[in-house]
Amino acid sequence: MITLDLIVFTVLALFITVSAVLAVTTKRILRAATYLLFVLFGTAGIYFQLNYSFLGAVQLLIYAGGITVLYVFSILLTSSEGDKAEKLKGYKLVIGLIATVAALGICLFIMLKNPFVPSNFEHGELDVRTIGHALMGTGKDGYVLPFEVISILLLACIVGGIMIARKR
Amino acid sequence: MIQMEYYLIVSTILMFVGIYGFITRRNLLAMLISVELILNSVDINFVVFNRFLFPEQLEGFFFTLFAIGISAAETAVAIAIIINIYRNMKNIQVKNLKNMKW
Repeated sequence: MITLDLIVFTVLALFITVSAVLAVTTKRILRAATYLLFVLFGTAGIYFQLNYSFLGAVQLLIYAGGITVLYVFSILLTSSEGDKAEKLKGYKLVIGLIATVAALGICLFIMLKNPFVPSNFEHGELDVRTIGHALMGTGKDGYVLPFEVISILLLACIVGGIMIARKR
Repeated sequence: MIQMEYYLIVSTILMFVGIYGFITRRNLLAMLISVELILNSVDINFVVFNRFLFPEQLEGFFFTLFAIGISAAETAVAIAIIINIYRNMKNIQVKNLKNMKW
């Protein structure tokens, strides 16, 4: 039975797969960054479709809004115009392709051989109040310690980025 | 109805496309883009397992939330290192990175 959900999911899945393949095969690095942006948009669409709107918004804000800009700036800083990826030697490309396709086949085979118990999920939006209470909770299911640790990590990352990239 | 396997197939394909890019690309920024693809596939897996198997708990949700933040930090530091390499060598191809210290 074909429902609207299934159509939306199929479009998203094709979009993600094609964009990912193009991102790793295109010769120009700036185009690879653009295709990465498309993959990130598709992933955010999957989060929205699974009713995790907050996570989709975070994905759009941080990945599509922040990281992609960082990539584009660094590509413009480090590669000259008309810069193309050099050709790999043919046998290396073939070896890489064979290894990945074989591993993909094994993983898909094992995954599809064993059925998963739940075949569908109940629709229902995750309440932002629940997320906030869990994120700030100190009890058994609270996440306040990882929250603080990641703030320290981001501070260290800012200091490290400035230290590494500054002019001497 | 969308089966759980469909999502997992998408994320598996994304993962191995990322691995393929990581082992065939010779540009540091292109390799970093492949790493982002791998991270995204793992994030999709966490969210799908959380939604289908344990919808009343939030472990996978928060794991993905923190993974997004950590990958932002990782990208910022990696790009700082790459720009520093470019400043010293005028090139970010992997084959030129024989010596890290000079």
